[in-house]
Amino acid sequence: MSMPRVVLVDDHGLFRSGVRAELGRQVEVVGEADDVQPAIDLIGELLPDVVLLDVHLPGGGGQAVVQAVKASHPEVRFLALSASDAPEDVIAVIRAGARGYVTKTISTAELADAVRRVAAGDAVFSHRLAGFVLDAFAAAPEAPSDVKPSFDSELDQLTSREREVLRLIAQGYTYKEIAKELFISTKTVESHVSSVLRKLQLSTRHQLTRWAAERRLA
Amino acid sequence: MEHPDRWHRDQLGHRGPFGRHGPFGLRERRSGHGGPLRREPADRLGGGVAAGIAAWRGFSPTTVRIVFVLVTLVSAGWGVPLYVLAWLFIPATGTDANIFSKARTDAGGIRLAVGLASLLIFVLLVAGALNGGWFISWAWPQVFSVAGLALIWRNGAEEDQATLRHLLEPLGVATGDVRPTRRSALRLVIAGALMAGGLGWLFSAHASLALLRPLGGVLLVIAAIVLALGPWWLRIARDLALERQAKARAEERVDIAARVHDSVLQTLALIQRRADDPQKVIQLARMQERELRSWLFEGRDPDEAGEELTVAGGVRKIQQDVEARYGVPVEAVTVGDCDLDDNLTALLAAAGEATVNAAKWSGAGVISLFAEVEPGEVSIVVRDRGKGFDPEAVPEDRKGLAESVHGRMTRRGGTATVTTAPGEGTKVTLKMPRSSLPAGRT
Repeated sequence: MSMPRVVLVDDHGLFRSGVRAELGRQVEVVGEADDVQPAIDLIGELLPDVVLLDVHLPGGGGQAVVQAVKASHPEVRFLALSASDAPEDVIAVIRAGARGYVTKTISTAELADAVRRVAAGDAVFSHRLAGFVLDAFAAAPEAPSDVKPSFDSELDQLTSREREVLRLIAQGYTYKEIAKELFISTKTVESHVSSVLRKLQLSTRHQLTRWAAERRLA
Repeated sequence: MEHPDRWHRDQLGHRGPFGRHGPFGLRERRSGHGGPLRREPADRLGGGVAAGIAAWRGFSPTTVRIVFVLVTLVSAGWGVPLYVLAWLFIPATGTDANIFSKARTDAGGIRLAVGLASLLIFVLLVAGALNGGWFISWAWPQVFSVAGLALIWRNGAEEDQATLRHLLEPLGVATGDVRPTRRSALRLVIAGALMAGGLGWLFSAHASLALLRPLGGVLLVIAAIVLALGPWWLRIARDLALERQAKARAEERVDIAARVHDSVLQTLALIQRRADDPQKVIQLARMQERELRSWLFEGRDPDEAGEELTVAGGVRKIQQDVEARYGVPVEAVTVGDCDLDDNLTALLAAAGEATVNAAKWSGAGVISLFAEVEPGEVSIVVRDRGKGFDPEAVPEDRKGLAESVHGRMTRRGGTATVTTAPGEGTKVTLKMPRSSLPAGRT
C-alpha cells in the first residue's frame, strides 16, 4: 500500500513542523493550513486521503472544516487531534464526520498507525474518547414519556460486545491486544469500533450533546 | 450601622480606635469578616461606608443603606454629616490611614472647609431670619457635611474624588461648566416648576388645604428632585458598575498572570535546567499539562482540597501522586462518577497500591488506570505493558503488597483479580459492589 497523502490543519506552526518531521517517512504530507477557510480551499484542491485536523482553530472549530469538505468531497477522511480533551469539542468534531480522535501527546508510531487506519476507512478512538463514549452511552435514566423514542433505537445503544471493546481501548489496549483478549480477529475489532463511530455520528439521542455540555460544567 | 451614640461621641472628639461592639447587639447572630472596620470603595455608592459596615458585620449593604436613610430622616438630616465623618475617619480597605490624618496637615484644605462652612452658616442665618421653617433645621447639620466633603475632596484617594465629582456634577450645570442639552434643559424647567409648586404648597397657609399640605407638597418636591437628578443618579450607578467590571477583569488578568508565572514559567525553567534528563522532563511536562488542563477546561484549582470525595476525584489523585512520585505517566479514564463511601474508599486505596506497584516494578513506560461506575458496582482496572511476573514465584516484598490489595477488597465484599505472566504485563481488576443507596450520578 502506498503512503497515505496527508494535509495538516493546525494553527500552531511549531506543531505542524513537528508532526511533518516525525511523520515524514511514514506518510506523505502534501500540504498545511492554519485556519478554517484556507484549509477548506487547500483540501478541495489537493483531495488528500487523510486530513489531520486540530479541533481548535481561530476561525471556528475544526468541525466547520469537516462539514464544509464533507459536503463537496465525502471521500476525504478526517482524524481529529486535540490538546484539550474537552468532551464537547471532541464529540462535536466526531459528529461532524471525523473518523477518529487522538490527543496531541500521542507517540509518533501510534499517530502514523492511526493515520493509516483512518486512510483505510477504519475508526480510531483514543482511550479518552472511548471513555467519553462509554460515559455518554451509559445506562441513562429512561427518557420522559413525552419524548418520542428515537426513530432507530438500535443507534442509541451499544451492544455488550461494543462496550467490552471500548472498555479495553480505554484501558490502553491496541486493536491487536483486544483481538487476542476477546478471541476475535482484528478485523472484527475494527468493525465494532466503526459501528460505535457510526452510532456516535448518527444517534439522534439528544442526551449526547447535553451530556457533553454537562461534562464540562461538572 | 454603628450605633448613633457612638458616632456622636466620635464627632465630639473621642476618636480612639473604633470599638467592636456589635450594632444593636447583633454580633452573635451575624458573622462579618472579623477584621477591623474598613470602607469598601470597591462596592460603594458614596464613600463605601455602608458597604464597609456591611462587610464588617455581615449585613447586606442595602440593609445598612436603608437604615442610614431612616436615621437621616428621623434625625432631621444629621445622618449626612455622620456619613461624611465616617468617610473621613474610617480608612479604606487595605489601608490603615484615614483621610483625616492627611487632612490635618492640609492647611489649604482646612481653610477651604472653614470658609465653605462659614459661608453656609451665614446663608442659613439670613434664611433663618427670613423664616425658612423646617428646611433650615435640616440644613444646619450640612455645615459639617460641607466642611467634611471639602476635606475629602482635597485629601481623598482617586476614587473618593471621582465620587465627589459625580455628586457635584449638577452644580456644574448650575455654574455653566457643563452645557445642558435642550432635553435636559426642558427637564430642569419642568422640575423647577414642580419644585416651586411643591414648595409653594408646603409654605402656603391656606386653612382648607392644611391636611393635604404635607402630602401633596412633599410628593411634588420628590417628583421634582427625581426628575432633575434621576438621570444623573442612573449615570452614577452605571459608571460605578462599569468601574467594578473593569476591576474584576483586571483581577482576572492578574490571576491568570500569576498562574502562568507560578506554574507554567517555573516548569519551563525547570525543563530547561533538566534538559539532560528526558525522564524528568517528561514528568515535569505531564505534571504541568495536567495542572493547566484541570484549571482551564475543568475550572478546578489543582490545589483545591476535597477532590477525593468522588470516584473520579480519587482516580485523579492516584494519577497525580504516582506521576509526581515515580515519574511514570498514568493514562486515567473514568466513566461515570459517584460519591465515595467506605467501600469505595477502600477500592481507591487498593487501586492506588496497585498503581504504585506497577510504577515501581513493571518498568512500563505508561500505566493505564480505568474506572467505571455502574449502577451495581464500581470497577477499576490497573494495567501496564511491563515485564509482568510469575504469580507462583513472587518475591516476598511484592507478595505483601498483592495480599494487602486482595485483603482490602475481600474484607469489603469486593474482588481483586491479577492477570500476569512474565513479559506479558500485569492487569489488576478490582470490583466493588455499590451500597444499596446509590448516590450521585451513574
